[in-house]
Amino acid sequence: MVEHTGIRVVHRGGSKINFREPVITSDSRFLLCGSGESVKVYSTSTEECVHDLQGHTDLVTGVVLNPSNHLQAYSCSADGTVRLWDFTDGILIKTFIIRYHIFSIHVSEKHVGVLFVVVPMANEKGSELFQLVAVHLPRSGDPEVEVGELSAVLCDVSPNPGAVSFGTGGEYIAAAKGLQLEVFFFKKQKSYRFSLKSGMNKGINNSFTCISCHPKEDCIATGHADGKIRLWRNFNQKKEYTYSTLHWHHNAVNTLRFTPEGTNLLSGGIESVLVQWRYTQENQKDFLPRLGAAITHIAVSPDGSLFCTSHADNKITIILSSVKVSAIIQGLVKDDCVRTDLMIDPRSKALVLNGKPGHLQFYSLHRDKQLYNLDIVQQEYIHEQGVDQFQVVKAAFDTHGDWLATVEERRQKSSELEINLKLWSYDEQTQSFVLNTTVTAPHEDQITAMCFSPSPETTLLVTTSLDGHFKAWLLADHSDTEESASWSCDFVGGYHLLKPGCCCFSADGSLLAFGFQEVVTVWSPTSWELLTTLSQPPGAVRDLCFGRLSCSKYLLGTSTKNQLCCWNLLTCSLEWNTPMDVSLLQADPFSENMAAFCSQSGSTDLFVFKPSEPRPLFSKKALCTGKVERAIFAPRDQMLESSEEYSQWLNRSQLYFLTQHMDLMTFSTKTEEDRLLASSKQLMVDDSVAITPFYLLLGRHKQQQQEKQELLTNPLAERTPLPQGSIAIKELLDTPAHVLPSASFLCSMFVRSLLVSSSSRSKLEDNVCTP
Amino acid sequence: MASFKPTKIQIYPQLGAKVTQDTLYWKNYKAPVQVKEFGAITNIDFSPLAPHNYAVTASTRIHIYGPFSQEPVKTFTRFKDTAYSGRFRSDGQLLVAGCEDSVVRLFDVSGKVALRMFKGHTKAVHVADFTSDCYHILTCSDDYTCCLWDIPNSTELTKYKEHSDYIRCGATSKLNKDLFVTGSYDHTLKMFDARVQKSVMTMDHNHPVESVLFYPSEGLLVSAGGRYVKVWDLLKRGQPLVSLKNHHKTVTCLCLSGNGQRLLSASLDRHVKVYNTTNYKVVHSFDYTASILSLALAPEDESVVVGMTNGILSIKHRKTSEEKQGPTGQPRRQPVFRVFVKGRNCVPKQDDFLVSKSAKSHLAKYDKQLKRFNVSKALDTALENRKPEITVAVIKELDRRGTLKNALAGRDEQNLSQLVNFLIGNVVDPRFAPVLVTATEMILDIYKAVVGQSSVVDRQLVRLQELVEREIDYQQDLLEVLGMLDTLFASTLPRKEVPCPVLHCSVLVHELVPFII
Repeated sequence: MVEHTGIRVVHRGGSKINFREPVITSDSRFLLCGSGESVKVYSTSTEECVHDLQGHTDLVTGVVLNPSNHLQAYSCSADGTVRLWDFTDGILIKTFIIRYHIFSIHVSEKHVGVLFVVVPMANEKGSELFQLVAVHLPRSGDPEVEVGELSAVLCDVSPNPGAVSFGTGGEYIAAAKGLQLEVFFFKKQKSYRFSLKSGMNKGINNSFTCISCHPKEDCIATGHADGKIRLWRNFNQKKEYTYSTLHWHHNAVNTLRFTPEGTNLLSGGIESVLVQWRYTQENQKDFLPRLGAAITHIAVSPDGSLFCTSHADNKITIILSSVKVSAIIQGLVKDDCVRTDLMIDPRSKALVLNGKPGHLQFYSLHRDKQLYNLDIVQQEYIHEQGVDQFQVVKAAFDTHGDWLATVEERRQKSSELEINLKLWSYDEQTQSFVLNTTVTAPHEDQITAMCFSPSPETTLLVTTSLDGHFKAWLLADHSDTEESASWSCDFVGGYHLLKPGCCCFSADGSLLAFGFQEVVTVWSPTSWELLTTLSQPPGAVRDLCFGRLSCSKYLLGTSTKNQLCCWNLLTCSLEWNTPMDVSLLQADPFSENMAAFCSQSGSTDLFVFKPSEPRPLFSKKALCTGKVERAIFAPRDQMLESSEEYSQWLNRSQLYFLTQHMDLMTFSTKTEEDRLLASSKQLMVDDSVAITPFYLLLGRHKQQQQEKQELLTNPLAERTPLPQGSIAIKELLDTPAHVLPSASFLCSMFVRSLLVSSSSRSKLEDNVCTP
Repeated sequence: MASFKPTKIQIYPQLGAKVTQDTLYWKNYKAPVQVKEFGAITNIDFSPLAPHNYAVTASTRIHIYGPFSQEPVKTFTRFKDTAYSGRFRSDGQLLVAGCEDSVVRLFDVSGKVALRMFKGHTKAVHVADFTSDCYHILTCSDDYTCCLWDIPNSTELTKYKEHSDYIRCGATSKLNKDLFVTGSYDHTLKMFDARVQKSVMTMDHNHPVESVLFYPSEGLLVSAGGRYVKVWDLLKRGQPLVSLKNHHKTVTCLCLSGNGQRLLSASLDRHVKVYNTTNYKVVHSFDYTASILSLALAPEDESVVVGMTNGILSIKHRKTSEEKQGPTGQPRRQPVFRVFVKGRNCVPKQDDFLVSKSAKSHLAKYDKQLKRFNVSKALDTALENRKPEITVAVIKELDRRGTLKNALAGRDEQNLSQLVNFLIGNVVDPRFAPVLVTATEMILDIYKAVVGQSSVVDRQLVRLQELVEREIDYQQDLLEVLGMLDTLFASTLPRKEVPCPVLHCSVLVHELVPFII
């Protein structure tokens, strides 16, 4: 088989934005955060991504503002470089090559030209010990500079960036690890260590989790795994240090931050409550509860007007200093596993998967943005460890996106399984799904598969369960009663008490196949008659898929014993089979193509084929390490016109898959990359204003206007246009007030329209000077 | 910041009949007015004229009642024996009645003495009716014959001797003056044409026929006899269309609703059933205190009149639109007009800037306590609630939060007995059992150390134990019955061959019967 070089596997969105602490710029207008291999710049007012600073080749592990220039920011990455960016224009200014795996970065205003980074002690990846080193940045004009000089400051620090903090004006640096707090004074070049007694024998874990230094006074706040906060004072000597304890959190304090003036201390943990402590009046607290998920980082803007909290569900909440939420930046929520399959919402073409606990998320693949969360469980989430929560485990859309079926389950240690099947109808008015029917305990055991009938005549849902039955659910129309239509069970079936594992409808909905362990049974959904049984032992059937379009006479199945079988449904016989450990079989809804992910010796191969042809259309060996469990064909918004045979299968749809490490990957062809490149050049927008759809409309208008104005002014340089004739004024007077942008924005435009443009003036001056 | 999500109260499916448009329509009657007559009421007929008086035939009299009076406005008593079938002519001026003494009498509605007497039958006449041209009378008698009489001359026109048993019902066509149908105890329905000397159609009902009824279009005929109501298609030469068996005693009377969309049948089993005439499903049913012999509906269904074997006439009038609102009781104190109406009907003008105010969500008391993590208090509040659904929902929520044990523990005698009381009332309810069994187990675990200290709680615990033991016995019995039923079903299920690819038959020998429940 030939490897095709024209198709690359690329990351496409959905990376973590909560991996490291975000940074708010000094004018509080932008928020910077590391997101996978890039740094993203968001507008704090509109939540839109303004820039994507690309350049790093590995995970970005920290972002800080340049203390000497507030329009620049440093970012460090696991690829061993620190890069300096101009984030307002999205330009890479400099690259400092350090050649160590960098875990975090710290800067202080007092130490100009010095960066403090955490690197492993020995330059090995598996090393467990880390040190804080000072990097003296060489002054040279080259865009890429090798940094030679590294001087160790502290040894044995935690790689967690929250465990290192600069004190009052950069005079000292404090770091905590395990049960030890270490403070290093730069002036004296001396460090003091303070350690806590281990509470392990009492069942208390009082190790340090995070640290924050007071910006004005000599005070260090430390957070502990048992939920306590300690305020350390008088620590510039070995013996007579003191500390006081604050206790509100019942689980570990994840993060601590002093406000820039030092008047308040913010803390957060798994309770997902932002606690604001008054400094020196610690019994006064403000709370901001129910932020949605555990708080992982808190950042404060340099002027103290904004806070932002990162959450475990890949979310950044921007909070005003009056403790009110003002904006939420939400990334793709990725739990440790995707229990529901990946799905495409037929209406919005968004990727749908389970997100926050008890929610389904709708994620736009084209805009790399979460569209909305649908609350499935509709219960108050208790932020506590060890509580069994309801989880959304299955979801399915019907072909038009009018109905959504979800299954949620909660397994308790002691008592039996709780399952709810919920059916949601799409409401045109609210543009969202509304709960229609709840079925409690639809089956006696876990539901293994669920699918809607694709036929347009009936609204039929089929569920299979480990209790050995499958059930068909029909939308019953109660037109004679007061109530609206609701779903009810229409048929219960089984086959020899075997456990059904998968089900699949044929493309026209006339056939229904179930995999009952080793046996495939084919049923007619209209009469619920068992039509035929197919089997190819040994090995239980893992996945079933009907062929589509010209290949609709084929039924494909994969078994656990490394078999991929294709049955011809007209003759009820095996057409072909091949030994393959297929972990996932996925049919393209827009063509005959099938994608089979095969796991082989720790990595995954992909084969794309048509059931009718023996030769694969495309194959790629060693796609990624580990098994691929979830994949989906997503429709393209624009068709590609690729003529090469190997990339034709990507013309109408795009294949996305989730690797074992929960990275969302896709395939990209050359033509597509060219197009992307072209479009990114077009999208150079003036970013003096936050980019909103409104701005995009208005901005284009403004450009045209400027061009027109230039045309107007250039030939008639000496005569300024009359104010009434100016387009800007006409615009201002003619448009209704409620659609106009704010007055401050219009003012500058208006004033500019009255001025003689600089080019024409310089011409004038030239004319004056020459004689 | 998301708002607190209140505890979800599980909605359990309502057992029993669903509320349909029909139920609403047929329930919309006032409480029945009951009038005692002298004997079993055999026939009720509404006058087609405006006040819609109705003639009630019972014992040796015919009473005529006004639409709203409980006293008869007129009485005909000149019968020698039991009267039958007092019916109005289509102009409402004349009334005809049969009698046990075989004489048929014709009355003027305003008079007292019979205008005409038709003598010719030899046995009791159970049916007497006018033809649609108003000049003839049809009578059916226990002497197996039916006759047509001329009113002006009071002479017999034709006599049909085709039935071989008592003729107890008959109906004349409203569209054709010559057509009529009779039903007899010889199990047959016969249709006659006065222009011909013999019957034109015969239908076999298989049971003694008690009542016949033409549809308004007269394409269909309904007959009642035995426990069956049957519908016949007259345009297809009396082909049976549908047979309904919804009563468990003899159906005695049939009637159509005002718009012809619903069919009513009354039976000796004390029920009146309402059928939809498009799909012949029962859409509603009424209960009465005694076996029903006669039933009539006023035009436009304004009232339902039912006569029973014990001589009680039950009259139900339709509620008028004001009464439909239900009893308002004493008028509620209105708030000050200005406060109530202030800003209510203010419509924003074109240039107004609308500031929307978020509606304040109201939380129940137990939800407020759950929000503050006051678990014991929340459980106490829920226990005070009358509805077990809410209490169970709160217990379930506490269990989900893992704090049920904390909420149950630390109670004194009074609190605990309240809790156990609730359990005794609801633990065997299949809707609540899964949740309450866990709670019961927890309570027993927590308080087993202090059993015997309080006589009140001990007594309740003994009651609880008895209850659970009885329930276990029931469950066992039910499982046994289920097992028996399973064997019965399995033996009656037909075994069917399913095509299987020949290729694999040698490998897999499966019984090819799907296991269907």
